[in-house]
Amino acid sequence: MKYRLGIDVGGTNTDAVILDEKNRVYAKCKECTTEDVSEGINRAVETVLRNSSVHPSSIVDAMLGTTHATNAIIERKGLSKVAVLRLASPSGHAIPPFIEWPEDMLEALGYSFCIVKGGYEYNGALISHIDESEIRESLAKLKDHGAEALAVSCVFSPVNDEQEIQVQKCAAEMFGPDFPVTLSSEIGSIGIIERENAAILNAAIRKLAERAYGSFENVLKTHGIDADLFITQNDGTLMSIDYAKRYPVLTIASGPTNSLRGAAYLSGIKDAMVIDVGGTTTDVGVLNNGFPRDSTASVEMGGVRTNFRMPDLTAIGLGGGSVVHVSGDTVRVGPRSVGYALHSKSRVFGGDTLTATDMAVASGNLVLGDPSRVRDLASDLVSKTMQVMCSMIEEAVDRMKVSSGDVPVIVVGGGSILVPDAIKGASEVIRPEHYEVANAIGAAIAQVSGGIDGVFDVATKGRDAVLEEIKTAARHEAIKAGAEPDTVDVVEIEEIPLAYLPSNAVRFRVKAAGDLRRKE
Amino acid sequence: MDYINENDLDFIAVGAAILGSGGGGDPYIGKLMAKQAIKEHGPVKLISADEVPDDELIIPSAMMGAPAVMLEKLPNGSEPEFAFRALEKYLDQTAYGVISIEAGGINSCIPIYTAARLGLPLVDGDGMGRAFPELQMVTFSVAGVSSTPMVLCDEKGNRMIMETVTNDWSEVLARTATVAMGLSSMISIYCMDGQTLKRSVVRGTISLAREIGQRIIESNRCKSDPVEAILDVTHGFRLFGGKIADVTRDLTTGFIRGKVVIEGTEEDRGSHFELDFQNENLLARKNGKPVAITPDLITVIDREKAFPITTEGLKYGQRIIVIGIPCDRFWRTEKGLMQVGPRYFNYDIDYRPVEELAKGLAS
Repeated sequence: MKYRLGIDVGGTNTDAVILDEKNRVYAKCKECTTEDVSEGINRAVETVLRNSSVHPSSIVDAMLGTTHATNAIIERKGLSKVAVLRLASPSGHAIPPFIEWPEDMLEALGYSFCIVKGGYEYNGALISHIDESEIRESLAKLKDHGAEALAVSCVFSPVNDEQEIQVQKCAAEMFGPDFPVTLSSEIGSIGIIERENAAILNAAIRKLAERAYGSFENVLKTHGIDADLFITQNDGTLMSIDYAKRYPVLTIASGPTNSLRGAAYLSGIKDAMVIDVGGTTTDVGVLNNGFPRDSTASVEMGGVRTNFRMPDLTAIGLGGGSVVHVSGDTVRVGPRSVGYALHSKSRVFGGDTLTATDMAVASGNLVLGDPSRVRDLASDLVSKTMQVMCSMIEEAVDRMKVSSGDVPVIVVGGGSILVPDAIKGASEVIRPEHYEVANAIGAAIAQVSGGIDGVFDVATKGRDAVLEEIKTAARHEAIKAGAEPDTVDVVEIEEIPLAYLPSNAVRFRVKAAGDLRRKE
Repeated sequence: MDYINENDLDFIAVGAAILGSGGGGDPYIGKLMAKQAIKEHGPVKLISADEVPDDELIIPSAMMGAPAVMLEKLPNGSEPEFAFRALEKYLDQTAYGVISIEAGGINSCIPIYTAARLGLPLVDGDGMGRAFPELQMVTFSVAGVSSTPMVLCDEKGNRMIMETVTNDWSEVLARTATVAMGLSSMISIYCMDGQTLKRSVVRGTISLAREIGQRIIESNRCKSDPVEAILDVTHGFRLFGGKIADVTRDLTTGFIRGKVVIEGTEEDRGSHFELDFQNENLLARKNGKPVAITPDLITVIDREKAFPITTEGLKYGQRIIVIGIPCDRFWRTEKGLMQVGPRYFNYDIDYRPVEELAKGLAS
């Protein structure tokens, strides 16, 4: 028997699951997230191995979902100094890199850039040839300014990445192969500002991600697990750990995606609303045909505009660790949370902070810790607090609805007990088995994908022929990424004709995904 | 004295997208450019058309081509000035100020950028009061102003000066050149003296865009109804509220023609709404009956925050409200309707003002 290990590192809990060949849950556990993330992972792996009695050598794939990179960006912690080289001149000068970035982020990253000759038109024609000596001079100058990493952007590089690759070669020759270089074409799609921003963020967190993923590798090695390692990305699909070390920014929204995918898998329901209650926040998302509904707005990451496709979510500051404030007749829950200190700071665990978990214990819905420590709470205060939490959830559910009819609601996550069995707007409330580790399961069942994004001329071959070619190319990308060929499907086609020009230029974005190839 | 400062651009960008009637392109890039220019050169003086002396020269500044391409190929930044200065030189005359030809969409912001960089005042008004897809579709054209001499510039420094026999020819030739320039160009066009300006301009549209945007953003902030705020400022009508059930797009002529089907929700439950667009929204029908017809403005906004959604951004499942806004009186003349009325876009119906058609709809 061969097994898969799925791990999810949240702000409060680190969960681990072992799935068998039929993707059935074989063992699971929940441990506290630690300040040094690898210690929490270590404990979770240890516990889940003990619970399962699976021999470490029979675990052949291991998947990790983590918000480590996201937190680094939000907290501006451990970021590298990043210089930007933009290949665009004579275009591109009107709006310089780092436009509208928060001041503290500019300070953390350095704010140095050069705009040099280069770039392509929509159809791949050259805006300008690159000038290697200009590039070398600029790189040397940026390095002198203290750059620790480089982000390279180029006009229409999603159509042709050749010029960006040439800069990468120059940088490797000048600063050695270990100097981190991020190419925008490998990260984002059309829209140079957002793509360049994503490349900058990626460059800023590479060092930190390398360390974090490296410690994940070490933890598994210590436990005798010699598996292929994957990290889950924003769209719920996997990338190899080596790829993730180079493109950590692609993981920043993977947490919610994993719990949505896990909820779909556990409940067997493909169209529903999902409520994921964690320790600090509750995310409400929508499943369409088993996949998260994407957000249509541009996504801000730590105050920086990007164009990642991310699940459309409503997040509220309510979780198992949320602090309950009582003043007179009014009760407020969150947004402050004791987070991973729940097991020392909350009342039922001997602390003196009143949390949502304490209220759930006092109401009798939950058996945890020492119930005698919350017995002093007045019953009308408890029921009032439960009511406040219920209204918060109902409001979030309503906000995510696209029609006024009631919808099935799947509840997952460690804090699910805070969601009552009947809520306004829900046709039913489903708590699937293993709900508390849905995101680790989402990580373990994640697919692999490949995509094509670019502007294509449909005048000569015709739209249908062009689209077929793109679909085939996307399928190849997915197979190249490790998908089982028979399971690969085109999961997304977006077609945007470019307005105001009689040139038959159409932008296509096509994604194919399939199950991860099983090991023989 | 009225000035446009950096913060105003956030309002203008939102308001201009409302006036875009679904088209005109996302003002985002133009907004960033104008903000940057104001940061470097100071606020732009906003003057009324009546303040322009009769014999002084006004030159409009605009971008032409695909706004979606500009999100990737950003301008050099010198093109609008180059086009402007080249036209001044050709005419051997110095301009008094800058104006927009199109207050809807990105071309609300480009002239602000140009004015800031040149240190010239901006005339509060434009040549459409909304967005339209073609160069000849401006009130200046209806009033008999020639579009040429005009100048087109690209980011590489290529500059073309054109003299054409009709404004329709300007559209055809300039668009061909714009395609060759990589799908976007900057133009100076419809230069005119103050006297001509006063009889052909749609007045007050830049400050209107600013007011619309400000009211939407402030209504959202203080949780009052942003839709009401838009209708109040624009004298518009709520035409329909619902969920997009289908969007189809067709690229037959180079312009995107499409249709949106909307199923009613809440007070419009059980009703059916169809919206036809060709870059801009052209015709709105409720239960088969027209409720707003081009050239009146038809704008789709998101139900929650009332932010405008362009025709490129329409997607299945969005919860939206459709509003209708009366167009400028120029467009309601026989000459105006010939250029932008329903028959120009091959609809076999007569134009009727939205005030009449929307009467009796739930408000």
